[in-house]
Amino acid sequence: MKDLSLHILDIVQNSISAKATLIEIEVNEQPNNDTLTITITDNGKGMTPEQVIKVTDPYFTSRTSRKVGLGIPLFKQNAEQSGGKLSIISTIDVGTQIIAQFGYSHIDRPALGNIANAISLLVMSNPAIDFIYTHTINKESYLFDTREVKEILGDTPINNTQVVKMVEGMIAENINDLQQNSNK
Amino acid sequence: MAKVKSLEDLKKLKTQLENNLNLREKSDNPDGYVQVKVAMATCGIAAGARDVMNRFIEKANEEKVDLIVTQTGCMGYCYAEPTAEVKLPGKDPIVFGYLNPQKVDEIIDKYIKNGELIEGIIPVNYQTIDKDNI
Repeated sequence: MKDLSLHILDIVQNSISAKATLIEIEVNEQPNNDTLTITITDNGKGMTPEQVIKVTDPYFTSRTSRKVGLGIPLFKQNAEQSGGKLSIISTIDVGTQIIAQFGYSHIDRPALGNIANAISLLVMSNPAIDFIYTHTINKESYLFDTREVKEILGDTPINNTQVVKMVEGMIAENINDLQQNSNK
Repeated sequence: MAKVKSLEDLKKLKTQLENNLNLREKSDNPDGYVQVKVAMATCGIAAGARDVMNRFIEKANEEKVDLIVTQTGCMGYCYAEPTAEVKLPGKDPIVFGYLNPQKVDEIIDKYIKNGELIEGIIPVNYQTIDKDNI
């Protein structure tokens, strides 16, 4: 994976496979503590404690179309390479939370990448699922909630290709603002 | 297009947008749309499926083609990633492999708009002959 936004695209697919209806994605940048944390929380079907141990094993997958599952192992590798860690908390029928912490200034930390694009692609592909995206830099936050967007859109489908471009632009603008404010 | 920054801006733009779209007749009938499913599991994403998906969206907007673009999981063609399944209304889905943004343009220009078959199709639908009907 070239950047962290691609990892988010990838890991959220697990939540979708687990039949989640609400997925929260949080990116928390704390340069002063030298951490960047990505948290993905879903209300899907959850995993047993045995499964939680196994998911970081590349030879474990719940799918049947192939024998390996590299999404979480790669995410974990990148976190650990930058001096961070990855942890998973999961309860059957409640959901799963995956927390990846990276060393903010570590030379091996991948760049965040185009996160607005990643979120908008997820929103477009899964119109029935609600997404909450929170991006925090230091103490400033931006919150994007598809439930608010859907309310405004009314009959206009959120997966329309033109609507998606507008949503992407909106998220990108706000993240841009957040980054500029944090540099002041 | 004007910049959208807040939900208020989105509301304003939505009205403009609705005039350009003929959404209502089709919204109850997803089979009437061209459906594109981009394989976006770990293998697809690592191979560049995001650029492919973005190009489908941009090209559809440029050419004013109504597409439903979604992600799907691994279809088992990891060797041929990025892959995408394209389903024209009333036709069997076709899977295209080894995609890149240029190839996406070709799919929209030739296959989606004109129904012309192009190179790069992965044979997936093997149909057997039903012996009882011979």
